[in-house]
Amino acid sequence: MAIKCGIFKTSYMSDMAIWQTKNSRFWMTLFFISLAVFPFFVSKYFLYMANIIAIGVIAAVGLNILTGFAGQISLGHGAFIGVGAYFAGYLTSQFNINFIPAFIAGGLVTAVVGMFFGLPSLRLKGFYLAIATMAAQFILAFVFIHLRSVTGGSQGMIVSPPEIAGFSFDSDFRYYFLSIGTAIVMTLAAKNLIRGKFGRAFMAIRDNYIAAKTMGVNIFLYKIIAFGISSFYAGIAGALWAHYIQIITPEHFTFSVSIEYLAIIIIGGLGSLLGTVFGTIFIMVLPEFLRFINGIVSLHYPMLVNMFDAIREGSFGLAIIGFLIFEPDGLAARWKTIKNYWKLWPFSY
Amino acid sequence: MNYFIQLIVSGIVLGSIYALIALGFVLIYKATRVLNFAQGELLMAGAYIAFALTVQLHIPFWSAFFIAMLLCALLGLIIEILILKPLIGEPIISIVMITIGLSIVLKAIVEMIWGTETRVYPAIFSTQPIALGAISVSKSSLFSLVAAITLFIIFHLFFKFSSTGIAMRAVADDQQAAQSMGINIKKIFAISWMVAALVAGIGGILIGNMNGINVSLGMFGLKVFPAVILGGLDSIPGAIIGGITIGVLESLSGGYLDPLVGGGVKMVAPFAILLVILLIKPYGLFGTEEIEKV
Repeated sequence: MAIKCGIFKTSYMSDMAIWQTKNSRFWMTLFFISLAVFPFFVSKYFLYMANIIAIGVIAAVGLNILTGFAGQISLGHGAFIGVGAYFAGYLTSQFNINFIPAFIAGGLVTAVVGMFFGLPSLRLKGFYLAIATMAAQFILAFVFIHLRSVTGGSQGMIVSPPEIAGFSFDSDFRYYFLSIGTAIVMTLAAKNLIRGKFGRAFMAIRDNYIAAKTMGVNIFLYKIIAFGISSFYAGIAGALWAHYIQIITPEHFTFSVSIEYLAIIIIGGLGSLLGTVFGTIFIMVLPEFLRFINGIVSLHYPMLVNMFDAIREGSFGLAIIGFLIFEPDGLAARWKTIKNYWKLWPFSY
Repeated sequence: MNYFIQLIVSGIVLGSIYALIALGFVLIYKATRVLNFAQGELLMAGAYIAFALTVQLHIPFWSAFFIAMLLCALLGLIIEILILKPLIGEPIISIVMITIGLSIVLKAIVEMIWGTETRVYPAIFSTQPIALGAISVSKSSLFSLVAAITLFIIFHLFFKFSSTGIAMRAVADDQQAAQSMGINIKKIFAISWMVAALVAGIGGILIGNMNGINVSLGMFGLKVFPAVILGGLDSIPGAIIGGITIGVLESLSGGYLDPLVGGGVKMVAPFAILLVILLIKPYGLFGTEEIEKV
């Protein structure tokens, strides 16, 4: 395995290739194999973590397409996840519709809802758009609580585990293959999307929308498409989430969930799919890690047990602030630095 | 009819608090172009600081009030130096997220120190309601209304006549021009955060006197967004009119629509109104329209 000290590209095709080098293909293959064998060796707890990370990755990739690539801030992502969860859950539990059509319908309906709430983005930018999407969050949350005939209100909606062709995904182990599989497909789809015409249009709008308009990008259309795609991802993630935890209540889709997803893409790196995965792992593992530490420390300081919620919230906030001040490009940039360091080792400087 | 007037009056009292928070909000936005999602948490911090001074340290109310104001201003200064200064020139999403992060941290700190249960201030004003014709108002509500009006007059005069106030307006208008006239922009940024935190602190103490305080007080900060958008993000009279309008609308929709759909309208009505305003008049009633030139 020869290690190159530079990548010399001669065509646009090679610059856009997913597998940049033989080396990266080797490591990615290894990564996929380890994902496939991972569930056979670990406990239920790690499977649970892997499932929520996989579902989180889907939703976060959606948000990163909208915010990181198209440059439109959304503070309503949590509510969009909720739309997908409730809609898909309603279809499977009330009408006994098969999982796959319900799952796709959940994504599509959420896409429509997202496009509707994305309409203000045609006139609004920056702070004003952030506030408009925040309004969407609160309005949808209100609907979740008060549309009792569909959502079950604050008592929640009970959903049975999904079944595809007679095979029931009713355990953490079985669900792992569904969630990880969907996450991989959705992430690759996103990768292809942003390599193509749509991605170029999104980035042009993000970087300078006036210039993009001059170049002939239909801003109206692409902003709405960005909202649609992003919400589609949210809806798919919501449908998976609903069928995984099997009881959904409005508390799962609050404003703080929207903030959590924004934190994921900030910490991971805006406009980086790899970063999105890192960010999701970071945010999902952080509370578990803190719980572990707290468990040890509270043996000596028992009062810490009651403070755990505040400590978890506080570290979450500190992580956001810390990354924004010290590593604004997120874990993706850090990863690149580390990789470059080792690439040129021992002659790095 | 009485019910209607009662709702209007309680809406105005609520709205005057919104207007106070909105004022701090607008101050920061005007001078530094930062949309502060932590304004509600600054209010909460102010309320808890005053609580600690009066109830836990037994300092008489008025001296506690002034010490709390000093501490609030100090908090604003620390926040500006530690958190906002490194982010000058960063994209909007970073600024939105850092103030959200700040709000989470402030909330967590308050929770660690004082816990989550609702705390009650000692009664400074009698809870006996005062009858004004057919309607009744509690004394503390009346006090907060008067306090809010007084503050607005003070700020109006401050911006009109004091040199710091004029400098702040200049920075808001054009940072480069202000700097070339010899205004110290860094100082102005720090002052706006201090003043905003101080105003929020006053709002917190007023709310504490009416309803008691708990950690969800920060929600006020989010509910103030409709008010500032209605008035225009960078207009002080807009903050007052927007605050009171939203307060009244919230009170009315809560009073008339809540029985129909079973509660919660109060929370969501301001946001529905907000969405409509944004679609019709994005820069609010008195805001400056941002025109982009190539």
